Amino acid sequence: MPTRSWKKAMSAAAPTEPSRIRPPRTAMPEQPAGQRVGNFDEVALGYTPDMARAEAVRCLACKKPGCVAGCPVGIDIPGFITALAAGDVPRAYAVIRRANSLPAVCGRVCPQESQCERGCVLGLKGEPVAIGRLERYVADTFMADGACAVLTGAAACPPPVAKTRVACIGSGPASLTVAGTLVTRGIAVDVYEALHEPGGVLVYGIPEFRLPKAVVRREIAALKSLCVRFFTNWVGGRTVMVPELLDQGYEAVFIGIGAGLPVFLDIPGESRIGVFSANEYLTRVNLGRAYAFPEWDTPVYPGRRVVVFGAGNVALDAARTAVRLGARSVSIVYRRSENEMPARAEEIRHAREEGVGFVCLHAPVAFGGDAQGRLASVRLQRMRLGEPDASGRCRPVACEGAFCEIEADIAIVAVGTRANPLLPRSTPGLLVNRRGYISVTEATGETTLPMVFAGGDIVTGAATVISAMGAGRRAAEAISRRLLG
Amino acid sequence: MVHRIVRKRPLIPGRTSELVIYAPHIAAKARPGNFVILRVHDKGERIPLTIANVERNDGTITLVYLVLGKTTALLDTLHAGDAILDLCGPLGKPTAIRRRPAPVVCVGGGTGIAAMHHIAKGHRLAGNMVIGIIGARSKDLLLFEPELRLVCHEVLVATDDGSRGRKGLVTALLEERLAGEGRVAEVLAVGPVPMMAAVSEVAGRFGVPCQVSLNAIMLDGIGMCGACRVTVGGETRFACVDGPEFDGAKVDFRELSQRLTAFRPQERHAYEELEKSHVCRCAN
Repeated sequence: MPTRSWKKAMSAAAPTEPSRIRPPRTAMPEQPAGQRVGNFDEVALGYTPDMARAEAVRCLACKKPGCVAGCPVGIDIPGFITALAAGDVPRAYAVIRRANSLPAVCGRVCPQESQCERGCVLGLKGEPVAIGRLERYVADTFMADGACAVLTGAAACPPPVAKTRVACIGSGPASLTVAGTLVTRGIAVDVYEALHEPGGVLVYGIPEFRLPKAVVRREIAALKSLCVRFFTNWVGGRTVMVPELLDQGYEAVFIGIGAGLPVFLDIPGESRIGVFSANEYLTRVNLGRAYAFPEWDTPVYPGRRVVVFGAGNVALDAARTAVRLGARSVSIVYRRSENEMPARAEEIRHAREEGVGFVCLHAPVAFGGDAQGRLASVRLQRMRLGEPDASGRCRPVACEGAFCEIEADIAIVAVGTRANPLLPRSTPGLLVNRRGYISVTEATGETTLPMVFAGGDIVTGAATVISAMGAGRRAAEAISRRLLG
Repeated sequence: MVHRIVRKRPLIPGRTSELVIYAPHIAAKARPGNFVILRVHDKGERIPLTIANVERNDGTITLVYLVLGKTTALLDTLHAGDAILDLCGPLGKPTAIRRRPAPVVCVGGGTGIAAMHHIAKGHRLAGNMVIGIIGARSKDLLLFEPELRLVCHEVLVATDDGSRGRKGLVTALLEERLAGEGRVAEVLAVGPVPMMAAVSEVAGRFGVPCQVSLNAIMLDGIGMCGACRVTVGGETRFACVDGPEFDGAKVDFRELSQRLTAFRPQERHAYEELEKSHVCRCAN
């Protein structure tokens, strides 16, 4: 009985009479800013067992949990925290894993403050339970390497249903969720990835200091141990086509290829050497491990003055990466004010601590440079906030005649991404919307092609890891209903 | 999928070799103009190489490389029987090949001659009259001439020192051909940037459309990063997914040359470090 074990845990952790004043939220140990700017190691170090226990017993195990309602994949959050408080980490892992294939990833990169933790009743008067940190603790402490028993409750994974195979194109969070869900139901899954390493945005996009590659590798190894097969260097729409996969005997295909095409500013001088898309800069450093050049072969250069355009998580990742590569100054330039910044508050705090500067209410108008085509400066225009636009944020309005020039030898454009047309264009009958994103039935993720599903950024446009996983989850449910009845 | 080298043939000793690689899933789809991206070791970088030939029945593709930096130097240490760690393709848009009423002139320079071979072969198989014009600094640096003679109706050769064919540049031969009798439907050029720029200029002067295959710096090769962006007709295009072939009259070649130098110091450093550590396996 969860309630009883929770009470037991409570009394064990707090021998004195539980007071009505909850203990404060347990702080996450972090690498000090002065130290972490010199390395690519993870910033947040993770809870110790004592910290995890102390935080877990803060949970009230509400009957109508607001946290679960806020979770895009609907993890039984009180369930796993109760198990954790009772010291049963494997059970806590099993509870999480029932709804979430990548807990070690989500515990690190989910915007919990606007999801589960926002729904936490403790947050009404004080600080919510640190759900994300607990999820990370559980996943880091216990990994289901081949432990199908933990995931399914059965002694072994259900044997693959004869001839029931599903292909996933792309190996980011959406596809990994589809694979992780289907494989525990006896459906064999093959994942086709265009790059040389599986993981999608988790590998090429999110930096090591926020999400160590070892964590992603471990999640993928866990899937491999459940007989998910990964094929790298297979490009959907080039090496392999959707209709071919269906012809080859896959009963369903899931398209989770992300929204990988970078958006540029389309202003003069943007082709100068030193102007990078955030995708290029981060892919060099993350997938190519350019921070370890020349031990690793992919090059990047540190830059003395780095300017980043945009203020989302990707922009912050790029800025903090530049700091670690040794740039003398790194600035975020954003055309709205600080209140409108889309990045997580924690990212902004971390970036500030690491010395990243913020230049708000400025927009780039041109890149300047030398005769060799190298970037030397960026011309900015002052902006002010106007009326709110469709997104509810105040629209930036240019202040006429108010220009300034700042020095920069690296400029990183992080103002969003678009759909990559490579696969849709090579898939006859696959309907996409005006912006190139794949049209699906929302509840199932099914596309206009029978038994072809899609989810994640290629459907919604750039969003979060967890929303892609939510879409993967819905598609996996629909696929398994369809295939297994 | 293991991609094993079936055959290795040195074309210019110590500089350029040809690899025939077993990669049936790439061979099945590769068309003229396509390229692959490869990596040769687990800390290696991704580099693009144009596919020089495809033998669909054997399931092989042919790559020809010039040892220019660390990755190509490491690639050169591999031999028949060795595997290429990562091989991804076919990438890029294939050459637009259609039946032409007049000859197509394919111009190749340096290693680009090999890349051009696949395009010339495509035109030949489409039933077009194909004229090859190839050039190098000297006879010893000229490659793929016999292969081209098999697919072209005519092959014209120029070398800087006159050690083979005409003394001079490929553009002089092209100019003569375009000025001569008979129309030319299209010119295609693959090679060093200055050569492609010069060929585009000559073709433009004669009002003949000219396609060039651009060798921009690439990272993923699937449109994700924009490292390979080139300005074509005032617009930013990605060589990896919008190209690699573009209308030569509209390409900003100066910008392309500059962008190719983006990582020159790093490339040089990596190559020097490699030479110091000496991984040569010439003994076998």
